Amino acid sequence: MSKHSKEMVETGTACVNESEVQKPWYSNLKYSMVGILFGIVFVKSEIISWFRIQEMFRLDSFHMYGVIGTAVCVGLISVQIIKRKKVKSFEGEEIVIQDKTFNKGQIYGGLLFGFGWAITGACPGPLYVQLGTGFTVIIVTILSAVLGTWVYGKFKDKLPH
Amino acid sequence: MDTFIELLKQPWPWYVGGIFVGLTVPALLLLGNKSFGISSSLRHICAACIPAKIPFFNYDWKKESWNLFFVLGTIIGGFIAGHFLMSGDQIVIAESTKKQLVSLGIQDFTHLMPTDIFSWESLLTVKGFVFIVLGGFLVGFGTRWAGGCTSGHAIMGLSNLQWPSLVATCCFLIGGFLMTWFGLPFLLSL
Repeated sequence: MSKHSKEMVETGTACVNESEVQKPWYSNLKYSMVGILFGIVFVKSEIISWFRIQEMFRLDSFHMYGVIGTAVCVGLISVQIIKRKKVKSFEGEEIVIQDKTFNKGQIYGGLLFGFGWAITGACPGPLYVQLGTGFTVIIVTILSAVLGTWVYGKFKDKLPH
Repeated sequence: MDTFIELLKQPWPWYVGGIFVGLTVPALLLLGNKSFGISSSLRHICAACIPAKIPFFNYDWKKESWNLFFVLGTIIGGFIAGHFLMSGDQIVIAESTKKQLVSLGIQDFTHLMPTDIFSWESLLTVKGFVFIVLGGFLVGFGTRWAGGCTSGHAIMGLSNLQWPSLVATCCFLIGGFLMTWFGLPFLLSL
């Protein structure tokens, strides 16, 4: 693993897999296709609804717990199959999933994100989808989230980890 | 075909949503050995646009551009669903939640979000600023400090049986409960 990706692991950016093969930019369009499907599902199952998130935090509905629980079950089964059967990616690469290392940021940052989740009714994924459905003002929320990420990067070394 | 479209226009039950969201995990792994995670895109945007010589943003973001392509797809998906696949019916939410939100001053229940808070007009009010700007800041700052969001920790991390992700997910929920029960009554009164 190169120095670059080690740094990415330590700082907790999810994607750390660098492909050795150089691919043209349009090979990334397949991820856009997955994203489109994902966005449609987010709207149709009302995951992007501020009201659904309120219901969840007020324990008034099973809906969001059902969505997240089912997603984790499906993800868990898939990951276990991929790991045990050593399934390769369509490009023939060995599939590597980085382990998450614990640091206190998961507690402090987790709580702060939780506050933001209840206020905006959205995690980063739904923010993008909300913008797409026509809530144009959410571009401000996204830019503010980019700013939050930037401020974290700026003061990272001063924060407890 | 018409019945199929009609079916698409109805809200989908939680298990359909959950299955599709869960399938994103193997889809990204199989397509290109990518781990599901959305909040990273915010970091890549910083690295691409405003790195400002900060070490945290000093990496080759182009190698991670798949993540931005994915995010672009979610925006397009939102547009398609929002414009062509909506039934026009009001979203049905729990009566008790509705009652409490009405008592906290929410008036618009006709959209996926209350437009009395989330609109350009309200952006210039104190309440709008808190919900639109401050809320977004907390999402960006918190997810990066935690090293992931609902997708990277709660879905991808738990799928891979990572205990730090379980800690993070619990903290997400605790933060959400605290804000909903103790913070929102004040913030909605602004």
